[in-house]
Amino acid sequence: MSPSPASIPPAPADAGAPLYLERNYLNARRGLWSWLTTLDHKRIGVMYLVLTSAALFLGGIFAMLLRIELLTPGPTIMSALAYNRTFTLHGVVMIFLFMIPAIPGIFGNFFLPLMIGARDVAFPRLNLLSVYLYLTGAAIALYGMIHGGADTGWTFYTPYSTTTVTMVWPILLGAFVLGMGSIVTGLNFIVTVHTLRAPGIGFMRMPLFVWALYATSIIQVLATPVLGITLLLVAVENVFGFGIFDPARGGDPVLFQHMFWFYSHPAVYIMILPAMGAITEVLSAFARKNTFGYRAVAFSSLGIAFVGFFTWGHHLFTSGQSTVDAGIFGVLSMFVGIFTAIKIFNWTATLYRGSIAIRTPFIYVIAFLFFLLFGGMTGIALATVALDVHWQDTYFVVAHFHFIMVGGTVAGFLAALTYWWPKMFGKSYSERWGIVGATLIFLGFNFTFIPQFLLGNEGMPRRYYSYPVRFWPLNVASTAGASVLALGFLVVLATLLLSLKYGKPAGPNPWGSRGYEWKTLSPPPEGNFLTQPTYPRMPHDYDDLNPGRGGH
Amino acid sequence: MNELMRRMLFLPEQGSAYARQVDRLHYFVISMTMVGFVGVAATVLWFVIRYRRRAEGEPTPTIEPRPIHEVLFVGGPLALFLVWFAIGYPLYVRLQTPPRDAMDVYVMGKKWMWKFAYPGGPNDMDDLHVPAGRPVRLLITSRDVIHSFYMPAFRLKQDAVPGRYAETWFQADKPGRYEIFCAEYCGLGHSAMLGTLVVMEPEKFDAWMTEARRSPAVAAAQDTPDAAANPVATLARQGRNLAVEYGCMKCHSVDGTRHIGPSWLDLYLRKEPLEGGGTVVADEGYLTESMMDPGAKVVKGFAPVMPTFQGRIPGPEVAAIVEFIKTLRTDAVHPAPTPGRAYEPVPGFDPTRSR
Repeated sequence: MSPSPASIPPAPADAGAPLYLERNYLNARRGLWSWLTTLDHKRIGVMYLVLTSAALFLGGIFAMLLRIELLTPGPTIMSALAYNRTFTLHGVVMIFLFMIPAIPGIFGNFFLPLMIGARDVAFPRLNLLSVYLYLTGAAIALYGMIHGGADTGWTFYTPYSTTTVTMVWPILLGAFVLGMGSIVTGLNFIVTVHTLRAPGIGFMRMPLFVWALYATSIIQVLATPVLGITLLLVAVENVFGFGIFDPARGGDPVLFQHMFWFYSHPAVYIMILPAMGAITEVLSAFARKNTFGYRAVAFSSLGIAFVGFFTWGHHLFTSGQSTVDAGIFGVLSMFVGIFTAIKIFNWTATLYRGSIAIRTPFIYVIAFLFFLLFGGMTGIALATVALDVHWQDTYFVVAHFHFIMVGGTVAGFLAALTYWWPKMFGKSYSERWGIVGATLIFLGFNFTFIPQFLLGNEGMPRRYYSYPVRFWPLNVASTAGASVLALGFLVVLATLLLSLKYGKPAGPNPWGSRGYEWKTLSPPPEGNFLTQPTYPRMPHDYDDLNPGRGGH
Repeated sequence: MNELMRRMLFLPEQGSAYARQVDRLHYFVISMTMVGFVGVAATVLWFVIRYRRRAEGEPTPTIEPRPIHEVLFVGGPLALFLVWFAIGYPLYVRLQTPPRDAMDVYVMGKKWMWKFAYPGGPNDMDDLHVPAGRPVRLLITSRDVIHSFYMPAFRLKQDAVPGRYAETWFQADKPGRYEIFCAEYCGLGHSAMLGTLVVMEPEKFDAWMTEARRSPAVAAAQDTPDAAANPVATLARQGRNLAVEYGCMKCHSVDGTRHIGPSWLDLYLRKEPLEGGGTVVADEGYLTESMMDPGAKVVKGFAPVMPTFQGRIPGPEVAAIVEFIKTLRTDAVHPAPTPGRAYEPVPGFDPTRSR
C-alpha cells in the first residue's frame, strides 16, 4: 500500500531502524493519570486530536441538522428558536473548539519540536495548562448548550446579544477561556521557535510548517486579548448595565462589530495559516521536490499575519461606516489575496519536474488548492465593495468562508492527519479507503457549497429559518451534498481508527519524505530521538544528483 | 448576453440601472475568476500527469525561483485585483451618495417588520410605495436590534442600526413588486421579516400619496374635532392605530383567533395561568408590564418571543393601547384561559409572499 521505505535511503540516524518502535511515547508510561499529567508535547498533541475531533463531530451533527431543516422552505424538523440555537452552536463549536485549536494543538504540538530537533516545547507545563483551559472552556460552553444555548449567532452582535432571553454568558465565558488557551499555545510556540532550534536549523532552514505556526502564534498572542476584552465588555454591560454597546444606554452597537472583527478577522488567519503550512509540507513530500520559493512562502505567512490586522472593516461595508474607510479596507483586504496568490503560485511551481505520487494526503492537497483558489478569488470579489453590498450577509458569504474554512482548513487538517498519521501512531491505514474518503469529501464539499454561492447571488440572506420557494431547489442540492460530505468524514474516521488495530507497521518514513520530522522513529520515543539527528540539508531537499548543495 | 449571464449566475431581476452596472462588474469578476481558476487548475493537473512518479527513488532537481517569478506572482494578481477595485469602489461611492433631488422615505426596522414613513405623509407597514423613474433616498434606522434592509433586485443593502440613521438610495426603472428582506440576523422572526417594494407609475404614486394623506390613520395622528368631543373613545381609537403601528397585530389577534401571542379579545381581567406556574389577572398593570418586560410573566402555552417596548412606547401611548385592549370585550362572563399559541412563533413559509 505505502511505498517501500527503502526507496529513499533513510537518514543516517534511522539506518537499521525498527519498523515499529515497541517502547514509544504512547506506552512508555501507562495509566490514565500518566496522560492527565503528561508534559510530553506528543501526548498533548494526541489529546488535542481526540478533543478537537470530537468537537468536529459535534459541529458536524449541528451542520447536518441545519441542512435538514433547510430541506423545505417552511418548518421541517425544528422550531425557529431551535434553528437559531443550532446555527449558533454550529459556529461556536466549529470555530472556537475546532478551527482555532485543531492544527496548532494537534500537529503544532506534536511536530514543532520534532521539526526543529527539540525534545519538547519551551514551556511543557504551560502546554498542559492549555489543554485544561481548552477543556474548561469547552465544559462551560457545553453547560450553556445543555441549558438551551444562545441564539445570537457566533458573532454575538449587540444589541441582540445583550437583550436576548437565551443564555449567552456561558458561551461568552467559554470563548474567553478558550482564548486564554490559544494565547498560551501561541506564546509557547514563539519561545520554542526562538530558543530550542537544534544546531544546523537556522531561521531560514526551518520547515515551512514551523514558519506558518510562528506567524499564527504572533496573531494569537496579539489579537486574542482583544476578543477577551470585547467579551468582558459585553458581560459588564449585561451584568452591571453599563452602556457600552447598547444604544438605549448610550452605547454604540457598531463599536462592538469593530472590536469583534479586530480579533475575528485575524482569527481567520489563525485558522488557515497552519493549514497552509501543513499543505506546503505534504505537497513537497509527495512531489519529492524542494518548495519553490522557500523565502516567498515563509514571508507570505508573515505578510498575511501582518496585513490581516488591517482588514477587519470589510465586515462592515453595509454598517454605515464611512465611504473612505470602506475603500481603504477594501484595498487592504486585497493584499491578503496577494500573499495567498504567492503561495498558490509557488505551490504549483513546486510540482514542476517533481516526482508526484497520488496518495491520500496528496488528494487533499489538490482539493485544498482548488478550494483555496476559488474561496480566495471570491474573497477578492467581495473586497470590491460594490459587489459586497449585494452579497453581504447572504449565502454567498456563507459559501465563501466555508470554502476557506472547510475547504481550506479542514482539507489541510485532513492532509496533515493522513500524512503524519504513520508517524504519530506507527501504523499504515488502508490507502484505498483513504482515497475513497478523500474523494467523497471533495465531491460532497462542492455539492454542498457551490449551490450556496448561487443562493447568495439569488439573494437568500443567511441565518434564514424559512425561505421563499424560489430558493428551494438549490437548498435541496446543498443538503444532498452535505450528506455526501458527512459520509466522507465517516469513511475517513473509520479508515483511521481501524488502522490502529489492523494497520501494518508503517516504518519510520513510509512516504520517503525528507521533512525533518521524519528523522526519528515511528512512533517516536518518549524523548523524541534515540540519537540526535543532524540537519545537513534544507528540509525537502531531494536533489541527490547534486548532494553537495544545501549543505551550507 | 446580460440575460444569459444573469440566468447562469442565478441573479434576480435588475430593478435599476445601478443593478445592471453591478451585474456587469459581477460578470467581469466571475469570468476572470474562472479564467484564473481554470489556468491554475489546468497547470496543476498537467504537472501531476506529466511528472507523475514513474519509479521509486527518482531524484528531482532543486529549482529556485528567479526574482522575475515572484514579481510576476505578485504583479499579475495585484493588477487584476486593482482593476476590479477601480470599477467596484466608484459604484459603491455612487450608492452612498444620493442625488439632491431624491425623495425621502424613512425606514425603520423592528422585530419583525419594516415601517416606512413619508415626510408629511402616511406611515406604512411592510409595503414601500415609490414612483418609477424618480430617485428615492432611504433613511434607515432600527427600533431595537440591528436589522439590514435588503432589496436583491436593486443589489442594495444597508444595515438598520438603532440610534443612527444611515442612507442609501435607488431609482426603480419600471412599476412592479420587489422583495425586501432583512439580512442581519435579528431573532425568531428574522426570515419572516419580509416587505414588498411597490413601484408605481409616477402619476399613480402621486394620487396614492394624496389619498394616503387623507386616510384615517394619518388623520387620527393629527388633532381632529373628534378628540375634544370624546377623549376616551379617541384614546381607544388611537390605541388601535398605535397597536398597528408598533406591530402588536403581527402576533396578537383582536378577534379571538389563536396566533403567536394571546388574543386580545376578552383579555382584560382574564385570569391566565403562567409558564412556570402561578396565575395572573390581566389588568392594566399586567398589560403594561407585558409590554415593558414581556419575559417576566409568560402565559402558559406561549413562547417568550415578545420584544420589550421599554423606552420605545411613551407613557400616553401605553395607556392608549391598554384602553384599546379594554374595549375588546364579548359577552362571555368567565372566559377560560387562553389556549396556547396556534403554531410555532414564526409562520415559516407563506406562499402568498414569495414570487
